[in-house]
Amino acid sequence: MELSEGACELKLLDRLEGHSDRVWSLAWNPATGSAGVPLVFASCSGDKTVRVWEHAPSPSSASWTCKAVLEDTHTRTVRSCAWSPDGKLLATGSFDATTSIWENVGGDFECVATLEGHENEVKSVSWNAGGTLLATCGRDKSVWIWEAELANEFECVSVLQGHTQDVKMVQWHPTMDVLFSCSYDNTIKVWADDDDDWRCVQTLGEPNNGHSSTIWALSFNASGDKMVSCSDDLTLKIWETNNMNMHSGDGHAPWRHLCTLSGYHDRTIFSVHWSSEGIIASGAADDGIRFFVENKDGLVDGPLYKLLLKKEKAHEMDVNSVQWSPGEKRLLASASDDGTIKIWELASLCTGNGY
Amino acid sequence: MVSELINANPTVYEKKERRARSAPSDYADEYAVEPIDQPEVFDHIRDIKDPEHPYSLEELKVITEDAIEVDDKQSYVRVTFTPTVEHCSMATIIGLCLRVKLLRSLPSRYKIDIRVAPGSHASEAAVNKQLNDKERVAAALENPNLVDMVDECLAPSFG
Repeated sequence: MELSEGACELKLLDRLEGHSDRVWSLAWNPATGSAGVPLVFASCSGDKTVRVWEHAPSPSSASWTCKAVLEDTHTRTVRSCAWSPDGKLLATGSFDATTSIWENVGGDFECVATLEGHENEVKSVSWNAGGTLLATCGRDKSVWIWEAELANEFECVSVLQGHTQDVKMVQWHPTMDVLFSCSYDNTIKVWADDDDDWRCVQTLGEPNNGHSSTIWALSFNASGDKMVSCSDDLTLKIWETNNMNMHSGDGHAPWRHLCTLSGYHDRTIFSVHWSSEGIIASGAADDGIRFFVENKDGLVDGPLYKLLLKKEKAHEMDVNSVQWSPGEKRLLASASDDGTIKIWELASLCTGNGY
Repeated sequence: MVSELINANPTVYEKKERRARSAPSDYADEYAVEPIDQPEVFDHIRDIKDPEHPYSLEELKVITEDAIEVDDKQSYVRVTFTPTVEHCSMATIIGLCLRVKLLRSLPSRYKIDIRVAPGSHASEAAVNKQLNDKERVAAALENPNLVDMVDECLAPSFG
């Protein structure tokens, strides 16, 4: 699908209220949105709760309902949430230094495990593609890898030290067991398993055309040979690797800087997400959301990626998280300091009602 | 607990005269929105108490009216403060107090930047980075000891 500026519009479908403090993050349940299963996502907040939202199939009633409020477990801000690939478990990381694992039992969410070990704030959680490993990171500068065993037991298999400041986000590669972490120390680190010994195989920092301030988030394209990162330095950076080498098993294929997108946000960029069809969405402290696509103009000196659409004032306050939905529709959810979550549809003008 | 003060003998300056907020005249539209300006922002923060002295940030010249930049149209404010000594370990607490006071006093549409004056602190870049990382600010404000400290410094400023 070819997309170009002016050929798309962003439609606000819903504005969800419920959290009583800033919404930090949200995560779509990957097992929903197709085969008749209604879309579900979770959101987490400074109000110490997690909310689970479900799309109501009936077109006449309100589109989204809050199916569950996960409360009285975390005692401080819930900063991050992530569904296991099969959609059965939800991991939540909190400033209270713990990570909770929730299981959906007949519509009720039960806290089935609590992972302790970080010295203070947990800032991000991420499942690997197989659902066998969970990574967590936090202000104590460390990254932990937990192995999911039978009966909801989680064993810490590695504590990775290497960052010199707090670690803002962890993210597994979409197909391989390679972990990426980004930090207040302005670097991205790549961690790989070498004979059951996890170690840092690459550091992407300023000397490699990396970021010059805190990196808040990163996201991969569908094939996993490109990644995008966003930063307090007001830029987005695209990185690439040679996917063939990565699969050959001959050690680590290094990532290299491909291009930098600057001048699109004028305050800290907190979130970036690459859709399965190749659209990059970014959300920032300037209250705006931007969309980018690969530039296929074919001009030799043209930019590699171009702005598709910009939405000023997407929220009343900072946009903390943007996430594309699974399934057929081109839906984006955004979470903000204003306490709301918005559901957007990016529709192509040329094809009538989109997608 | 007896602890050594970072700056035992700070210079104390006279307070600036308070500007009377002009009452709306009979002819003015009483519903007209009055833009937020520099003196108004200064009034919000001048009486914040220094974390280790009984004096206000104004009396210690940690903040002055000139060090406040306001753009009401853009909903933007930047406060530049000057710690009393170059190695002041209280700088992050002072910055946190300034941010909390402005968060509570200004409309939520405002974007707030807080920084130490260029050249006024030995670890200027690190202090500025920490003060403007909202995640670290949020975490600090969930720490009861820090909240007590901030509340004590802010108490005189709610007049």
